[in-house]
Amino acid sequence: MSEMTDQEKQLVTWLADMNEDDAFALAKKMLLEEGANPMRVLDLCRQAMDIVGKRFEQGEYFLPELVLAGEMLENIGAVAKPLITQGPGGEPKKLAKVLIGTVHGDLHDIGKNIVTFMLDINGFEVKDIGIDVPVKTFVDEINEFKPDVVGLSGFLTLAFDSMKETIAAIQEAGLRNKLKIMIGGGQVDEAVRNYTGADAFGTNAIEAVSLCKNWMGVAA
Amino acid sequence: MNAPKTYVQSPEAKAAYDKRWQRIMDCVALKQPDRMPTAMFCTFYLAKFGGITNRELMYNDVKATEIAERALLELEPDCYNPLVLNVAMGPVLEALDYKQLIWPGHGVGDHQPYQYLDREYMKAEEYDEFIFDPTAFYLTKYLPRVLGVFDGMEELPYLPGLHYFRLVGGMRAFAKPRVRAALEKIMKAAEEVERFSNVHIDFTNRMTAQGFPTSHISTSVAPYDLIADYLRGATGTMKDLYRNKDKLLEMLDKAAVFLTKQTIAWSRASGHPVVFFPEHWAPDRFMSQKQFETFWWPSFRKLMINLIDAGVIPMPLWEADCTKRLETIRDIPPGKCIYWFERTDMVKAFEVLGDVVALRGNISPSLLTTSTPDEVDAAVRHLAENVFHKGGKLILDAAFGLPDETPVENARAMYRAARKYAS
Repeated sequence: MSEMTDQEKQLVTWLADMNEDDAFALAKKMLLEEGANPMRVLDLCRQAMDIVGKRFEQGEYFLPELVLAGEMLENIGAVAKPLITQGPGGEPKKLAKVLIGTVHGDLHDIGKNIVTFMLDINGFEVKDIGIDVPVKTFVDEINEFKPDVVGLSGFLTLAFDSMKETIAAIQEAGLRNKLKIMIGGGQVDEAVRNYTGADAFGTNAIEAVSLCKNWMGVAA
Repeated sequence: MNAPKTYVQSPEAKAAYDKRWQRIMDCVALKQPDRMPTAMFCTFYLAKFGGITNRELMYNDVKATEIAERALLELEPDCYNPLVLNVAMGPVLEALDYKQLIWPGHGVGDHQPYQYLDREYMKAEEYDEFIFDPTAFYLTKYLPRVLGVFDGMEELPYLPGLHYFRLVGGMRAFAKPRVRAALEKIMKAAEEVERFSNVHIDFTNRMTAQGFPTSHISTSVAPYDLIADYLRGATGTMKDLYRNKDKLLEMLDKAAVFLTKQTIAWSRASGHPVVFFPEHWAPDRFMSQKQFETFWWPSFRKLMINLIDAGVIPMPLWEADCTKRLETIRDIPPGKCIYWFERTDMVKAFEVLGDVVALRGNISPSLLTTSTPDEVDAAVRHLAENVFHKGGKLILDAAFGLPDETPVENARAMYRAARKYAS
């Protein structure tokens, strides 16, 4: 990691401190007026998100900060990405692949989106296949994306059976031994994990990241 | 119109009703009741209990009423939520063209529950307009967005300031074809709402005659949750904590005032002192304690105090885990509220709040849906022994009511155990 200039440090601090307006104005100035390398700006954003993630873990930040951080990242990304001229290969190698979706019958997505965001900023390649995902779609997506971990999300109690059916179908398709399955959502606990046959459950995005890191043998 | 019938309450049924109601009121007043009371709250569990689809429960109020009555007579709780009102509303929702919900028969499968559509129903740039005149905002913006029958009402002129001949001329707006069409549709839909309300009143009258009181009739909402759930959307409001902080605070203050007026009026109209508040955005993990104490709690506390002063008994359901909030939400007058907890450890809640509020809950939904009757019995016994028999004024219930998928034998086990360990 190269040393940061004062301006770069300022961008990271403003982003990490949720100073959205100043951070966005500075990022735009760097990108559009000063010709900063867009890959460098995105890397600074990632560093800021590391700090956000740590503050979330430490109980300083909560859902509002993760939502706002995600939006700041998206807004700066929208300015930076069209300016990228270098070819592929510049991005750091991802730790592992995670497929995530809300199980069939359930339309809730706030928790799933936050887990997706936290896994992404922690170096995982995440494919989010949305809400109310039929069992067959999970199986098809696993065959195509070949994830190391599958995350099943659900807020309603009906999700218990949907998760159980999804995991049974993954087993049926002969894919169960090739991946780990984690479940999460409002009502999920050890009783539900046991009922569904998942490998683990989590009650927040940090737990999801820790589970994935542990499974992949990465220091959490 | 289907006016509710009059039912005769026998002296035995009156005695049973009075005993049940007294148990609840003793808990509220922090007095020891004759035994641990129970409450029943459910929605689509009735479909499971009655062996029909969720869709039938939504659209067939005769069946819904019959099943609800059977469930009450069998499980014999001391109080119950307005069962029919919470499920058999398919025709009403259709009549109003209600857009914030999808339900079995209208957007979700026949065996699924209804689900709320979290969207931005008010834009961030509309805060000023709402704060200046919430009624105008409702009439010409919010209602046309969420109820199809109000489509066209956005053509109404701004009414304050109309005067003299301008007032006379201003009435021309009511001749506009879209406004007229809207008014006609609203009146027609209102007739269906009236019919459905009478089904609900008839049901509660019939159960009253058989000795069963309702836990509440009216539902209200915390100011923050009104904005987060029904206006700005969940993530919209989260962003507003940073982007529109001052406007959000101003709107919360304003909402505490109009929700006070509305909640008192509804409670009086229903003739029931208890008002139910499902609290969605208070949990520990949703916002920091500082944000909770700045944005969530003050306006809700103000609302609760206003209601308590007017003789209303607020019954918030503190969803998810609110352990970190317990010390803060303790700050209300003792003996005036029922605090219903979902995932907060009830023993801990009793330790912190036992001398301030009655408690309600909280048999876990995962236990109820995936375990055995014996395990349910053990969970009820745990709460009876560690809360009620230690002096906690506990009204035993499931964590947020009976989950839709609860096996019938587990529901029976919960109420049976509650009676077994009740005194």
